[in-house]
Amino acid sequence: MIKWLEDNTPKMVLAPSFIAVLIFVYGFIAWTAWVSLTRSRLLPKYEIEGFIQYDRLFASPRWDTAFTNLFIFGILFIVIAMILGLLLAILLDQNIRTEGALRTIYLYPMALSMIVTGTAWKWILNPGLGLEATVRGWGYENFTFDWLVNPDMAIYTIVIAAIWQSSGFVMALFLAGLRSVDGEIIKAAQVDGIPTWRVYTAIIIPSMAPIFLSAFIVLSHLAIKSFDLVIALTGGGPGYATDLPATYMYAMAFSRGDIGQAASSAMIMMMVVFTIVVPYLYSELRSKDG
Amino acid sequence: MADISPYTEARPSQAGKIALRWGLYLLLGLFAIFYLMPLFVMVMTSLKSLDEIRTGDLISLPREVTFDAWRTAWSGACTGIQCEGMRPYFWNSMLIAIPGVAISTLLGAMNGYVISQWNFRGANIIFSLMLFGCFIPFQVVLLPMARMLGMMGIAGTIPGLIFVHVIYGLGFTTLFFRNYYVSIPSELTKAAKVDGAGFFRIFWSIFLPLSIPIIVVTVIWQFTQIWNDFLFGVSFSQAGTQPVTVALNNIVNSTTGVKEYNVDMAAAIIAALPTLLVYVVAGKYFVRGLTAGSVKG
Amino acid sequence: MSPILEINNLFKSYGSTEILKDINVSIEEGDFLVLVGPSGCGKSTLLNCIAGLEPISGGALSIGGRDMTTVSPKDRDIAMVFQSYALYPTMTVAKNITFGMKVRGVDAATQAEKLAYVAQQLQIEPLLKRKPGQLSGGQRQRVAMGRALVRDPKLFLFDEPLSNLDAKLRVEMRTELKALHQRLGASMVYVTHDQIEAMTLATKIVVMKGGVIQQIGTPSEIYNRPANLFVADFMGSPAMNLIPAKTRSSDAGTHIEIARENDAPIVLSDSKNRDLPQDVILGVRPEDIADAAKLAGGEAQGAECLIDIVEPAGADTFAVMQLGGKHVTARLHSETTAAAGLPQKLTFDLGKASYFSPDTGLRLN
Repeated sequence: MIKWLEDNTPKMVLAPSFIAVLIFVYGFIAWTAWVSLTRSRLLPKYEIEGFIQYDRLFASPRWDTAFTNLFIFGILFIVIAMILGLLLAILLDQNIRTEGALRTIYLYPMALSMIVTGTAWKWILNPGLGLEATVRGWGYENFTFDWLVNPDMAIYTIVIAAIWQSSGFVMALFLAGLRSVDGEIIKAAQVDGIPTWRVYTAIIIPSMAPIFLSAFIVLSHLAIKSFDLVIALTGGGPGYATDLPATYMYAMAFSRGDIGQAASSAMIMMMVVFTIVVPYLYSELRSKDG
Repeated sequence: MADISPYTEARPSQAGKIALRWGLYLLLGLFAIFYLMPLFVMVMTSLKSLDEIRTGDLISLPREVTFDAWRTAWSGACTGIQCEGMRPYFWNSMLIAIPGVAISTLLGAMNGYVISQWNFRGANIIFSLMLFGCFIPFQVVLLPMARMLGMMGIAGTIPGLIFVHVIYGLGFTTLFFRNYYVSIPSELTKAAKVDGAGFFRIFWSIFLPLSIPIIVVTVIWQFTQIWNDFLFGVSFSQAGTQPVTVALNNIVNSTTGVKEYNVDMAAAIIAALPTLLVYVVAGKYFVRGLTAGSVKG
Repeated sequence: MSPILEINNLFKSYGSTEILKDINVSIEEGDFLVLVGPSGCGKSTLLNCIAGLEPISGGALSIGGRDMTTVSPKDRDIAMVFQSYALYPTMTVAKNITFGMKVRGVDAATQAEKLAYVAQQLQIEPLLKRKPGQLSGGQRQRVAMGRALVRDPKLFLFDEPLSNLDAKLRVEMRTELKALHQRLGASMVYVTHDQIEAMTLATKIVVMKGGVIQQIGTPSEIYNRPANLFVADFMGSPAMNLIPAKTRSSDAGTHIEIARENDAPIVLSDSKNRDLPQDVILGVRPEDIADAAKLAGGEAQGAECLIDIVEPAGADTFAVMQLGGKHVTARLHSETTAAAGLPQKLTFDLGKASYFSPDTGLRLN
């Protein structure tokens, strides 16, 4: 008995967490998947009815907007944050004396809640008293910057705020990557007389492919989950011009009382994450075992 | 002779180098302004009176510094019908974050210890399953979790929120500790076993004393995550148990009365203060958590 | 007296891969058993099985006459020294050494007394208050030994304890370890991939390959009468020369003919070994090939050989030539006249020669 206890303590210690993950992650995913196939409205029903919720979802103009927004927002956010992060990392990598302070400044938004970020940018971008009014106050009477209240442009304010929040983090990732490149290779290149910019484009950046991949994964993950920022900055408005799948799901679940729609939209989000993350995780775990 | 010395050729490029250097610093400075500007605007706005704000200059210094907005934000601003300011919600967040961080860190440490040092058949599969849990969009568990909390009788309570944060934080805390412990040679555990120490003794006497850096990283990570969370807070709380982020959003978006931008900004800074403080004090560990959570995950 | 360690028909497998196959070893009290073999041969796994750190898949294992199959490491009355030393990084040297006693609830006075004794034995008294991070490799090694010694176990286990030391220190520690063994008369099992360590330390050597024991014997048995081609090649440096040859029996004994490129074959005769098959592999240690000028008696017979390479190594000079399609090394005196590219008259002493079957690799004589 004591021997058995001794041998099985590790398993028993891990068991509660494992069971919790099984229920609260995988069990819950299964529940949501199931409910997304029913006619659930205010209360969940459990008779499978096929894909009617998905049919409703794809027929819904609001979902259409939300899903399109996800791609506009996601692509712009990821591309710009990556370019900006890489640029900052390379600039900071030039033996900058104030590197520590600058790094702290570039990265601090990452410590803030998206709600705080949204609140701040909402104030800055509001046309009545914010940036627009300020610039007009400087004498440029015709200056207009009303993206926040312009249904066609409002999604870009979310892009701006999200980049402001996350690009410093991308910089930190890239900077770590730049620093981990084998110094001897760079020395060898310098001895060969290769100019600095060529060293970056031909040697350093190609060797950071895994970091690009991680940055991409993290940013796309942030983009898909983006919820707080939209709520705080635009509330999904004007109208539902800045809805994302996350806000759509929340609205269906908690204010519209349409559990079926909430579940099916959550499943679509899940699948988008899957297609991005699963190949990555798979290769990561495989390379670790190998 | 001097004309053909190599220095003459180097001279223009030397000047170019200096110009390049200045350009570099200028560029870096401009970016610094971009990142600092919102914080600066927030602070300035929070120190102005509403009248001054209405004159519409975001970045001017306040003509007259007033802390009224801060006072209101802390203890008088309205979140819907209640007008108690941020104070009760600030403490709610503390009550959620502290046990949430402590429990998830402890469990993560134990899990990481088991997975890395007591490898048994299936442990790696369990780890992969837990790791994957880090990546799901939480929307997919929102509905069943709401029902589950109801069934457990902790819906809308602070223990309920602690529970949710512990469950969905486990993946990351386990990952952190597992990756840290995996680099500790298994011979250490073997030596301790031969010395007669058991599972808990080895953890307590040998692994925990080694873990200070990763504990700091994990605590900071979890604290930031929980403190800054909005989705769980808004989904699983009710009047009186809301965390600070939800309260902030309610203050800013409450439709009653005059819009008090200075109060909004003060409230936003209050909500941001603990995590900013952590970042300033222990930025190194904060960054390590961010990069560990993404590069290795 | 029953053996201190006895292993019968031990099997060990991970899933479907067999790591150890039918291991049978036993040692008496005071023996110094060395498990030696190339990496991946299963020697460390076998040691871990003895320690109880790995469960065995089949067979029996007993220490001091007690069956150990289900006994935890802590109850086996063993102590173990690891390759990385495995010192607890956050504890001082003194705490490292006394940790085992503390866990077992030994009273403080006894702990202090034993610590003092071991520290004095290993001359590590000045280090007791330091942390492992502040010690040199050799000092860590001593502390790891101290942690084992203080336990005063039935059986000491060593897992390549010297392999992380630099060459000079390794030789010093080897000598010290041998002295310690002689002083304590303790029973030890020692794993190494270094055949010199095995030869110098062991009272009994187990040579392993691919999870199978190749030969068990005293160092001199292993060296002089290797059981197969693997052992012959693995033990000894430079390795034993293994030369394909043809045999012919006559009244005087066996004639052994070694083919040469661009030259007449060398024919040697061996009066001791008869009834060898026609094709053999002749095993001759480099020291059994000598300068003809330095000829000692015995069965030595001469032949003129073209020397390809000469490698002076201080006390000896190694000469390499081509015989039977193989590089053959002779260990010559440092004052040899042998020179690369020139023929040299050498003598072959077949008194200690080994013969192996080219098909099975097994020893024939």
